[in-house]
Amino acid sequence: MNEFMRRLLMLPPQASTMARSIDYLHYFVIITTMIGAAGVAALALYFIVRYREGTGRGTNPPPDMRPHHARGGVSLWFELSVFGSLLALFVTWWIIGFSQFIRIWEPPPDSMTIYVVGKQWMWSFAYPHGGGSVGVLYVPAGHPVKLLMTSRDVIHSFYVPDFRLKADVVPGRTTQLWFEANQPGRHRIFCAEMCGPGHSEMRAEVVALPDADYERTIQGLAPAQISGPVQGLAIPFEADPPEPLSLAAMGQRVAAEAGCFRCHTVDGTPHIGPTWAGLYEATIPLQDGTQVVADDAYLTRSMMDPAAELHRGFLAVMPSYQGLLTAPQIGAIVQYIHVLGDVSRYPGEAPLPAPVRGTVPLVNPLEGTAPGEPRAAGPRAARPNPTGATP
Amino acid sequence: MTSYLTETTGIKSWLLTKDHKRIGLLFMIATALALMLGGVFALLIRFELVSPGPDFLDGLTYNRMFTHHGVVMVFLFMVPVIPTVFGNFFLPMMLGAPDVAFPRLNLASFYVYCAGAAIVLAALWFGGIDTGWTFYTPYSATSPTSVAIAAFGVFVVGVSSILTGLNFIVTVHTLRAKNLRWLEMPLFVWAIYATAIIQVIATPVLGMSLLLVALDHAWGLGIFDPSMGGDPVLFQHLFWFYSHPAVYIMILPAMGVVSEVVCTFSHNRPSSYRAIAFSSLGIAFIGFLTWGHHMFVAGMSVVDVGVFGILSMMVAIFSAIKVFTWTLTLKHGRIRFTTPMLYFFGFMFLFVFGGMTGVAVATSSLDVHWTDTYFVVAHFHFIMVGGTLTMYLAAIHYWFPKMFGRMYPERWGLIGAAGVILGFIFTFTPQFLLGNAGMPRRYWTYPPDYQWLNVASTAGATILALGLLVTLGYLIWALFKGPKAERNPWGSRGYEWLAPTPPPVHNFEAPLEITRGPYDYHLPET
Repeated sequence: MNEFMRRLLMLPPQASTMARSIDYLHYFVIITTMIGAAGVAALALYFIVRYREGTGRGTNPPPDMRPHHARGGVSLWFELSVFGSLLALFVTWWIIGFSQFIRIWEPPPDSMTIYVVGKQWMWSFAYPHGGGSVGVLYVPAGHPVKLLMTSRDVIHSFYVPDFRLKADVVPGRTTQLWFEANQPGRHRIFCAEMCGPGHSEMRAEVVALPDADYERTIQGLAPAQISGPVQGLAIPFEADPPEPLSLAAMGQRVAAEAGCFRCHTVDGTPHIGPTWAGLYEATIPLQDGTQVVADDAYLTRSMMDPAAELHRGFLAVMPSYQGLLTAPQIGAIVQYIHVLGDVSRYPGEAPLPAPVRGTVPLVNPLEGTAPGEPRAAGPRAARPNPTGATP
Repeated sequence: MTSYLTETTGIKSWLLTKDHKRIGLLFMIATALALMLGGVFALLIRFELVSPGPDFLDGLTYNRMFTHHGVVMVFLFMVPVIPTVFGNFFLPMMLGAPDVAFPRLNLASFYVYCAGAAIVLAALWFGGIDTGWTFYTPYSATSPTSVAIAAFGVFVVGVSSILTGLNFIVTVHTLRAKNLRWLEMPLFVWAIYATAIIQVIATPVLGMSLLLVALDHAWGLGIFDPSMGGDPVLFQHLFWFYSHPAVYIMILPAMGVVSEVVCTFSHNRPSSYRAIAFSSLGIAFIGFLTWGHHMFVAGMSVVDVGVFGILSMMVAIFSAIKVFTWTLTLKHGRIRFTTPMLYFFGFMFLFVFGGMTGVAVATSSLDVHWTDTYFVVAHFHFIMVGGTLTMYLAAIHYWFPKMFGRMYPERWGLIGAAGVILGFIFTFTPQFLLGNAGMPRRYWTYPPDYQWLNVASTAGATILALGLLVTLGYLIWALFKGPKAERNPWGSRGYEWLAPTPPPVHNFEAPLEITRGPYDYHLPET
């Protein structure tokens, strides 16, 4: 029954300890709502058909003649009982709902704490032992986790549909939320408060792991820098990488961890930032009317001070990565962009070149598709100017 | 006797008119243009969302489109439409008055509206706005778009809203015909009166908060910016203090139309006049105490959430009183099933289902999942837009004979109404499910598993648009070629039908003698 209703209402899986009881209330409320709406509509339809003009069923004037404003159509007791039961129904919902609401906001005393920072347009997480991650929140399954959340810029909202949980992440405040993942699994995180052109791309993932895996994973996370303007960027190494990575593959990995793909695409798709496809050594127009060749030096400068030489047609929204990426990480990203220089900037116009150089298949961890392959949207009109000309 | 349409001629006689009926028609043209513009933005949103990735709009432009849709529809169409068009035209006639209390102020209200609309449209054209119609800070203070100008435009439109509300309150108090007692006023008048009270009390708060946002954006005052000691959540409290009652500014006049339509076409008195009249006032009052339900997860105290939750449910009790009263009014009537009645039926479904989902989202734990998802989008479109739009269209059809002296084609009317209602249901039912599935609102791209519901919603929007186009088409035809209307083609007992069709400049041939109530269907039509 639970599973049937959940699928009928298209609710996501019930992945937190609270999700199921919230869903039960949902079923109760929605079923009552449907019956109520259908009942009123059916009654109105019945009257409309039964008392239609020409049937002679309407009594006009009505039998008991009293001043027009003083007379009710039904007895007072009937009215009172209808509204009394309606009120009782609403109060029941309110009591159940509010008691659940209080539970959502009261973390159990033994919860572990993870710090969450939202910024345009990425989520970063810092763990009690000092490690940090961007875009992936690792939690131990079966343990209560308390999130202490704040924002670096505008209001965001941390939303995990599978947990039925959401809380706004407000600059200048710390909000809290807690949950306990039922079992190991992966769950979407959305930003649910409009926060700018990249709002719908401000997605991340909760990865609930068994205890041992969780410990192993977070031990590998590099330290987070909570106090800086942007979160510390860390590369989660597994305990023993299966095979050595090429520099370009490493660059792709660093870029994914640093949140680059929230704004930059690798297949020519127009997006918030310039696509990396075919960018390397291309001549690009700048905001001030001049042009520049996107060589290693320019790419590096753009990571350190993005607004200084801004690609024309894009907004100055990229944060500086000065001090947040190490020299090898920067070199790896530049090498990755170098490799992507062979990909067409205009998907759908020219046949895509042979697979990108490099030994490891380059899989974009955020999109789940290989670069060069059009994203889920399919081919689009080629427009190298995605954010629109903003005067 | 010449009608108000032909008494004087020439563009100037229209643009400088002080006749409440002509001002109503001026507003009708302006708001209809706003409806069409807002509809175009809506269709752009829907077609962009047909596929999960970016299509023909980029991220910033997409954000502009839903903001423009919201701003135009809310501030230029839904808030003003029924009071300024039908309130202006019929409120004085229903009171037996020759005009509103302040005819010059009434004309001023129109031009202030036009000025505000022009400023808003200029902001949309030069740079647009991408903050959502809610202007949430601090994003709105940092947005690269024309936030300050748009906020100022909305401020100016608000002034027009206050002027109209004030005019109506004074009119109801001072210009009732001799012997017309408060509890014999038509129910539409009660609804407009309750609306006017909200307009006068709540709109200044919106004006103030939007002005502060404009200052924040233009000069970086930082009133709502936490890095300068401001509080972004305070803006939300101020904004919703107006914008929640604004929902009742939109829906109460629609409820007034429902009362008129349902009594006229069932040839029956309302099953309880007092219940309808006083529940309008009850909604207007309680509506001021529920704004916090927009902010359950925004950083409010848990106690506040409980209080706002239960108060929000009280609105549903008042609304339920109205719904049951209207339904029981049908009982023992002589029901004539016309286009306005079809719209009434659509209203009942949309309003009851939308209203019950309103109680659902007031249930705090459920709202945590639903808030800021498509469920909320579907909910407020059902209840607020569905309610207002269906009754706006019902009002056009119901009063068309009186306003223009011609009848609309009934068969086409029913076809158009069916298209609008079914299109509406097909557009927003999938959005309830999208919200359940967890798709946040204002998303330009989305995970592919949400696609089929988005496609279904877009298909529904297309039907809705076609229904509206058909309606526009035959109404324009009827304006010039429709058969001539009699004085009271529906056999209504409403006072406005006692006037000649179309009415002369001062509405009645002689001062109105009130000898019976507006719903006395047991008495002969005089």
